[in-house]
Amino acid sequence: MEIFFQQVVSGLATGGIYGSLALALVMIYQATDVVNYAQGEMAMFSTYLAWTMINAGLPYWLTFFATLVIAFVGGLVIERVIIRPVENAPILTIVIVCIGLLVILNSVAGWIYSYIQKPFPSPFSERPVRIGTVVFGAHDIGAIGVTLVVLAFLYVFFRFTTLGLAMRAAAQNPSSSRLCGIRVGWMLALGWGLAAMVGAVAGMMVAPKVFLDPNMMAGILIYAFASATLGGFTSPGGAVLGGLIVGVFENLVGTYVPFIGTELKLTVALALILIVLVVKPSGLFGRAAVHRV
Amino acid sequence: MRRFPTLPVALALLVVAAMLPFVMTGFRLFQFTQVFIYAIALLGLNILTGFNGQISLGHGAFYAVGAYTSAIMIDHWNVPFVLTLPVAGVLCLVVGFLFGIPALRLEGLYLALATFALALAIPQILKYFEHWTGGSQGIVLSKPDPPVFLRAADARVHLTPDQWLYFLTLAVLVVLFVLASNLLAGRTGRAIVAIRDNAIAAQAMGVNSALYKSLTFGVSAAYTGIAGALSAGAVAYVAPDTFNVFLSITLLVGIVIGGLASIPGALFGAFFIQFVPNWAQEISKAAPWAIYGIFLIVFMYVMPRGIAGSLRLAWARLGRARAGTPTGA
Repeated sequence: MEIFFQQVVSGLATGGIYGSLALALVMIYQATDVVNYAQGEMAMFSTYLAWTMINAGLPYWLTFFATLVIAFVGGLVIERVIIRPVENAPILTIVIVCIGLLVILNSVAGWIYSYIQKPFPSPFSERPVRIGTVVFGAHDIGAIGVTLVVLAFLYVFFRFTTLGLAMRAAAQNPSSSRLCGIRVGWMLALGWGLAAMVGAVAGMMVAPKVFLDPNMMAGILIYAFASATLGGFTSPGGAVLGGLIVGVFENLVGTYVPFIGTELKLTVALALILIVLVVKPSGLFGRAAVHRV
Repeated sequence: MRRFPTLPVALALLVVAAMLPFVMTGFRLFQFTQVFIYAIALLGLNILTGFNGQISLGHGAFYAVGAYTSAIMIDHWNVPFVLTLPVAGVLCLVVGFLFGIPALRLEGLYLALATFALALAIPQILKYFEHWTGGSQGIVLSKPDPPVFLRAADARVHLTPDQWLYFLTLAVLVVLFVLASNLLAGRTGRAIVAIRDNAIAAQAMGVNSALYKSLTFGVSAAYTGIAGALSAGAVAYVAPDTFNVFLSITLLVGIVIGGLASIPGALFGAFFIQFVPNWAQEISKAAPWAIYGIFLIVFMYVMPRGIAGSLRLAWARLGRARAGTPTGA
């Protein structure tokens, strides 16, 4: 039973990270109907920028917020410059552009920072926290906490501010929103900026655990996809919950199903994505997509 | 507008291609063999993505299945290399068809997602079945020898293994290209394209969309699988980490640059993905991918039909100019 609880707890910790990246994916999907394949690489790149600042001697939390600002501006610029020209193009075009973005970010990071793994500091103490017999890493708890704070912040932003309302309106009905005087193009760009910011949080939270290297996000991205699919691509809360479920599920399967272990982790995510898409394509909390013919 | 003289040009190119192995050797020849192998894989992906409109970001997986089928048959049962090609093709046809069934329910983005996950997962799956695949060490093969009648002492033509592989690949390429253009020119091809352009209208016209989509997936996987099997012979080595997600992206780059929904586009794309990274590598290890990415995005903006599409356009303009009619008339 102890092992079980231990696995659940560490599953929640990784799940929180999947959840925050999934949240970023869902935000962009909701705002623009684009699944951003470059989301993981954008997060990775932001984390490298944070690493540079920390190495230059800036304190952690200053770096943290500076990185969020840079990521926000970066996401905004990417939407305006790269995504906007293909906004109304067929899905294939958009997917290809996102993949292009993915390989550019990945290779530029490798070019500048080399492919050697780098340690990344955690803002939380290294002392483990004990509750009963179960041991929590302080970083794990911190990461879950940060994810929840981000989620709460986004909830408040979208629910209670005029700008949040305008962004939701722009995503739901662009032409009517435009008639109400909302600048739809800018709302979409803001969506990308916010998503890049959330991704940067995920990157900085995961880097202390997996070390920093240009390919660090590939495995996490696929789990984030699985989380977003499970929670439903139309539900931000669902994406975070999906992330937590996927994190716990991954750990439990790894521990209790003998032939899977850690070697088939990515395959578990693949199977999960396929099963959800076939059984309930809208996910647990999403709305079924209805197409008008 | 005059029609482009496809057949004469194709035959002329074939003659040139058949003479290449006698003027260049070793590594150069291997590179051209690799170009043809890529061309087969790209044609497969293009049938699915370009003609049928189903996005696959995971075709590297079928390439891997083909390569491993061939390698395992040679390594475990000493099957001659040539015989492993059809087996790899059929196996990938079945695997692709089966993967195509759940894929039917997935449209656009979701299919891209599922295949992307497949591409990420395949190296792990290959490592897992260590007994068959040799784990992360992979399987080392020897270069397939030409058949006896081409290497016996009294044979009229002597071929080195490199030359034999080149001709074999060229022959497979020609057969598969002819098959594909026949497939796509006929009734089936029209159905495949109709599903891409408007699935509902196609169904209303009596096209069995589900069947055609999974079959297209199967055929596409078979092409890519045969290419994979050929690559196992040409490289004489298979290892899980060479079939990573970037292989799948490379294939995507190839069809975008070569030309979506174009058969000759596969050849242009193959030349691009074989030679451009080599040049770029001299700048930096990371440069080929940066260049790939830039090409992907720029092509989507300015040449969405790729090299093949632009050439077609240029030919059409040329024809109009010669006929003396103003452009746009």
